[in-house]
Amino acid sequence: MNWISNYVRPKIRALVQNDTPDDLWVKSPATGQMIFKKELEKNLWVCPYSGYHLRISARDRLKTLFDEGEYTLVELPKTMTDPLKFKDLKRYTDRIKDANAKNEDKEAILVAHGSMGGMPAVVAVFNFTYMGGSMGTAVGEGLLTAARLAVLQEAPLLVIPASGGARMQEGILSLMQMPRSIVAVDMVKEAGLPYVVLLTDPTTGGVSASFAMLGDIAIAEPGANIGFAGKRVIEETIREKLPEGFQTAEYLLEHGMVDMVVHRHELRETLIRIFNLLTQKGPAAKVLPLRDSTEDKAAKPKGNSKAE
Amino acid sequence: MQNFLDFEKPIAELAGKIEGLRHLDDQSSDVNIADEVSKLEAKADKLLRQTYAKLSSWQKTQVARHPDRPHCKDYISQLIEDFTPLAGDRNFAEDYAIIGGLGRFRGHSVVVIGQEKGADMHSRVKHNFGMARPEGYRKAQRLMDMADRFNLPVITLVDTAGAYPGVGAEERGQSEAIARSIEKCLGIKVPLISAVIGEGGSGGAIALATANAVLMLEHSIYSVISPEGCASILWRSGDQAKEAAEALKLTAQDLEKLEVIDEIIPEPLGGAHRAKQTCIKALGDSIERHLKELLKLNGAELRQKRRDKFLEMGQKGL
Repeated sequence: MNWISNYVRPKIRALVQNDTPDDLWVKSPATGQMIFKKELEKNLWVCPYSGYHLRISARDRLKTLFDEGEYTLVELPKTMTDPLKFKDLKRYTDRIKDANAKNEDKEAILVAHGSMGGMPAVVAVFNFTYMGGSMGTAVGEGLLTAARLAVLQEAPLLVIPASGGARMQEGILSLMQMPRSIVAVDMVKEAGLPYVVLLTDPTTGGVSASFAMLGDIAIAEPGANIGFAGKRVIEETIREKLPEGFQTAEYLLEHGMVDMVVHRHELRETLIRIFNLLTQKGPAAKVLPLRDSTEDKAAKPKGNSKAE
Repeated sequence: MQNFLDFEKPIAELAGKIEGLRHLDDQSSDVNIADEVSKLEAKADKLLRQTYAKLSSWQKTQVARHPDRPHCKDYISQLIEDFTPLAGDRNFAEDYAIIGGLGRFRGHSVVVIGQEKGADMHSRVKHNFGMARPEGYRKAQRLMDMADRFNLPVITLVDTAGAYPGVGAEERGQSEAIARSIEKCLGIKVPLISAVIGEGGSGGAIALATANAVLMLEHSIYSVISPEGCASILWRSGDQAKEAAEALKLTAQDLEKLEVIDEIIPEPLGGAHRAKQTCIKALGDSIERHLKELLKLNGAELRQKRRDKFLEMGQKGL
């Protein structure tokens, strides 16, 4: 309408934005400090100044875990889109389109296999940028695929949730992913294979109240928000302020709900040691340091099984 | 005094008129009044029939939460003989939101577990409005283990707004308690029959409802989130609960189409609370039928079929 709002403000905004192009610098959510993105990537998305663990993308996560950062993604079975024909302020199908446009991967979960410390491993990692990592039918199917693959390859299963919970737009079918995901992890357990969970920020709602809390070993990332009910819901119910550090990984450790809180730099090493201890019952297999490529991988047949 | 829901206002008005005329009738012996009463009663009946034949999802939500609706205890006292309540999770506390114990259902020794909302202010507070803490779900696991050990079928009655959201509940592992309870449901080698008698609220409900047969009363609801919760997240305002209730497809009729539940138990005209005994008996009959079928299977089959049932879900849309 006027000169100030139409012309001056956008110009100023553009100037400010040019100072900090968002693809070069990242603001630390903990301290507000600007961190050079390259440096952050090299540091596995841990703030070099405060140690704050920023969210890491699903693909970056896989790269930090597998030997030499190499893994094979598994194609996931197709599931029904929009079974309820759900519409809130927006159609669910439109939300899916938006999410697909914004994301390289077209669902809230990725399933990969490869080797960790020379041993085969299957990893299912949530893709938080895809609709908040919410668990609908496709995610349930992804977990089942991962579990079947782990059983087939006789490999440990690592699941890494990062999810606000159930996908409301799939209604009751989302709720049904709670038992379905538990059937999945029980298949792995019954095959005598380790099922390890890495709880990352956030793990809440129907995701935390199902497969995520049933790991043989439960590891949490520092500072991650983990809990059943949302903080706002609890505050509204009890009408009091919540205690300091409520629902953080450290809080869960304190209350006996997880085995350990592990810094991202020590994660791969810790996981390999655990897999080793649980599966190599004789003398220890050699544990690789982070991203070491000296191990002779050719000696181990690499699993190339496809998902059913 | 009967409680009427907001959409029952015309019915309530008629009921008020009938009541007034009856009062007059006590004092005089006018035949016309008796006539008028029966006419009005027929009208009220018709209105009730019309209203309840096309309840919206939100109206069903209201009926499912009706304060006079029969609750878990009513079902147990009418259907279970020699009910022997068992308390405690052997770890921290007794949670009155989930009641459970041994009893005899139509000739079968069974374990019964269910959420109890309470019937008056005092009992509602005692039962925490049917919202269980981790101890409730751990007690449920303990009872399911016992059922497994003694080869007793398990009947669960689901009626909860959801698991309790509180600081203590989080500290003591609400998520883990629910997850283990679902895992226990999936693991036991005895028949497990679950009935949603009022509200099937999210994780708090599925923790007891991962069953061989899942039954729902005609006007009960079962949902991943309450309409209010869904509205406040997706519409950013709790006022859109009606729209959310429609969108969530939380009625027994929708869930049957989605093949998530096995059977709908018809309710008496005007909802379970208008003829409690009839409704409770109807559910008992259905449970008995399912139990008879399930008792033909051995433990491994029961367990496998339960798993397969949940694995097959999600192939049918609306």
